[in-house]
Amino acid sequence: MDLHLTEDKASPEEEAAVDAALEKLASSPGEATPLGATDGHARSNGLPARSKRHLLLPVLQAIQERLGWISPGALNYASLQLGVPPAEAHGVASFYELFSLTPRPPVVAHVCDDIACMTRGAGALCGDLERKLGPAGSPCVDGKALWQRSSCLGLCERAPAALITAAGETPRERIVAPAKADSISSVVAEAALGRLTAEIDRLDSKVSVPQAGQSQLRLLGRLGQADPASVDDYRRLGGYEALKKALDFGAERVIREVIDSKLLGRGGAAFPAGKKWQAVHAQRNLHRPHYVICNADESEPGTFKDRILMEGDPFAILEGMTIAAFAVGATKGYIYIRGEYPFAARQLEKAIHAARAQSFLGSSILGRGFSFDIAIRRGAGAYICGEETALFNSIEGYRGEPRNKPPFPTQSGLFHEPSVVNNVETLVNVLEIILNGGAAYSRIGTANSSGYRLFCLSGHVVRPGVYEVPFGPTIRDVIEVAGGVGGTGRLQAVLLGGAAGSFVSPKELDTPLTFEGTRAIGATLGSGVVLLFDDSVDLKQILLRIAAFFRSETCGQCVPCRVGTMRQEEALHRLAQRKPLGSNEQESALLKEMAQAMRDASICGLGQTASGAILSAMDRWSLFS
Amino acid sequence: MESFLVSEQLQAPSPLIPVPRAPAPEIPAAAARDELEITIDGKRVKVCEGATILDATKKLGIETPTLCFLETLTPVNVCRVCVVELEGSRTLVPACSRKVEAGMVIRTDSERVRLSRRVVLEFLASSVDVSTAPQLRAYMKRYKARAEKFGPRAATVAQPPKIDNELYVRDYSKCILCYKCVEACGVDAQNTFAIGVAGRGFHAHIATEFEIPLTNSACVYCGNCIGVCPTGALMGKIEYEMRAAGTWDESRQTRTETICPYCGVGCGVTVHAQNGQIVKVSSPIDHSVTQGNLCIKGRFGWQFMQDHE
Repeated sequence: MDLHLTEDKASPEEEAAVDAALEKLASSPGEATPLGATDGHARSNGLPARSKRHLLLPVLQAIQERLGWISPGALNYASLQLGVPPAEAHGVASFYELFSLTPRPPVVAHVCDDIACMTRGAGALCGDLERKLGPAGSPCVDGKALWQRSSCLGLCERAPAALITAAGETPRERIVAPAKADSISSVVAEAALGRLTAEIDRLDSKVSVPQAGQSQLRLLGRLGQADPASVDDYRRLGGYEALKKALDFGAERVIREVIDSKLLGRGGAAFPAGKKWQAVHAQRNLHRPHYVICNADESEPGTFKDRILMEGDPFAILEGMTIAAFAVGATKGYIYIRGEYPFAARQLEKAIHAARAQSFLGSSILGRGFSFDIAIRRGAGAYICGEETALFNSIEGYRGEPRNKPPFPTQSGLFHEPSVVNNVETLVNVLEIILNGGAAYSRIGTANSSGYRLFCLSGHVVRPGVYEVPFGPTIRDVIEVAGGVGGTGRLQAVLLGGAAGSFVSPKELDTPLTFEGTRAIGATLGSGVVLLFDDSVDLKQILLRIAAFFRSETCGQCVPCRVGTMRQEEALHRLAQRKPLGSNEQESALLKEMAQAMRDASICGLGQTASGAILSAMDRWSLFS
Repeated sequence: MESFLVSEQLQAPSPLIPVPRAPAPEIPAAAARDELEITIDGKRVKVCEGATILDATKKLGIETPTLCFLETLTPVNVCRVCVVELEGSRTLVPACSRKVEAGMVIRTDSERVRLSRRVVLEFLASSVDVSTAPQLRAYMKRYKARAEKFGPRAATVAQPPKIDNELYVRDYSKCILCYKCVEACGVDAQNTFAIGVAGRGFHAHIATEFEIPLTNSACVYCGNCIGVCPTGALMGKIEYEMRAAGTWDESRQTRTETICPYCGVGCGVTVHAQNGQIVKVSSPIDHSVTQGNLCIKGRFGWQFMQDHE
């Protein structure tokens, strides 16, 4: 295929950004070389044989971070270097929220106005910013900056939060949380002058993990106790003992321990982790590459546990992935981190280098003949990329649109090869299982919810943060651990599992926070969100924000989700404005009918759950009468 | 002059060569595949391994609505109008792409199926101009879909048509985003990659890079995208202008099947004529040579036929 390019040329700076990114990718031992890209075997018309399409996302990112936007000339240059048709590269670039395809000031303040931040004054903050910097989306500070509203940034324990990004030769980021209009605008001014310091502030783990330092912690034990960049610190606190044990066990025994542990995935779907591993392991004789992917695209509003693990205990994630790779016979792995987590990505990158230097990654790990390496892929602002098949497409350089299942990832995953996808927290649990045995692990917690779990407490709670408990405590217990109800002190509602989860009322607080306990009341644990709303909150506004979230995050591929999320938001607006089509009851019936079609006919979990929280609230409270 | 285009029985007089469609060359029989038995709407049916639920419903004579599906393209299963109920599955499954497995029990006309199909059609018709999509309108009638139920202010994809070349018009206010044109432009037929899906969510759309005009893009004007478009969003310019003028009348058109006169490939073409004038050229999707595809000459290069000089 000959690429047809327009006459737009890249500037020297744009070319340099692309070249530097490609050089870095080429020298990264963690990068996979998908079959089609190297062996000349034409799987479809010879195109993949010449294409380096799987490098498209990081290359676009490099342009965005250097210039602040992706110009037609830069896109042409990237397309040419990678052998990707420009119309397709444009389709990919326009998919992600953090990329701009029109000229944009280099400094952008992303100000979260999502549900957790709403409970902590995000509305007023945005109002103040409007007065201070002008309307959202329009240039300020001599055209060098702008601010815009953002979906959940995963900084809910420090709400209201803002992330400031500054494009340039050395791109910079800064977190401002809790944020005030003054603090945001002074960082923005600093950034506009090019004076943002090199390292973003390390977030104090005492704030994020109020339990830090307590001896009973199994998943959060090292948080705040070790330098997250030091392998030696990690090993001093028991790190890499699990890997050594796993190498002694052999793959079959490792898988048996994980199956025996009854570990269920912690990302939201709660699939048995051991079953996934076994399914990929079973294909080891096919002589096809296998992949291990750590899903760190934590984007569910109200979720921030994975970010805290990545920032505070990155080696644990690498160790968990290495054990998974050993068990399933993978030699390459990817960590897919959401684009809004620059600090976590940097910590992991440092950790990967350090681990490689001490033979915990690379060829023949610990001299035992098993080789494995890891590459990092940063997302670019797309909730949907946390859906595992969308994540594959995103890594492969396609639009982050979910694939139809079956085939499941264990058969046909990344680069259409057998793949294991595990959530960050799931992988950290694996260490505990290997160290103490699957059977012992399965006895912790309850019958159907084994082990330890992280909960993300935010909203109107006294001490927001990530909390670790062995499964068993009720919603009330967990709120107590976090110091009780904050705000007015009078609890109105709790959102479990995030925007894709469900609301529960104060009457349901004695429900155990277990998979079976929440299922019994028609709710879900999801990603571990426990978001509290006191009685000052207008729940209608929260529902509207959730509806807006799904409308803006749907990939747009399938009809029920693409149009349904729009129609759902429209109906809620009509109800909130007391202008229903017909009666309120008719609108409710319409919402329910749309919800059923979205649940039944959407391709992936986004459309299938986009109505869940909204309907759960309408079932529990008569919000619109 | 006036007679040679009006030929109903494949007996085009000179100058067209009267060649009936050639029998397809014999393809050596593939290794026998296992037959699987499944149950659809209470009836048992045997189909080959690798067949889809849609293949099985066809075998039983059950009509399954499809919009994004085409025999010649890789199923993308995005329109979701073909969904069926599969026993044991939490959600409905797309008939067009789901492969049969032995023992599947499927319902194609349950209350659940009818509701999803109806709502999907309502979602489409409330957001897209379906005036030139007869198939979709027929499905709406079948499922009693009401596009107006979302009120007069429901968001739509209405936008001015893109007329940037002499051969065809792209009216994306009629686009249901079935991905067929992208597939036909890409690996499933033309390998030109002039267009892709861009943007996200409700505003996802078909576009060239940076929305540049087709004339600056990689487009080679094969028109294979027009051939697969199910809603008339992509349309030859002559048809577009005749429809705008109210003179397009398919009941008065003849369709003549013949062979493209240009090169030696032997593409089968269907010449659509109205009032003795060619108004469109297409190719039969089941033609062994073209599978519905043509090149710029075959699809658009017939002006000489009407040149009276």
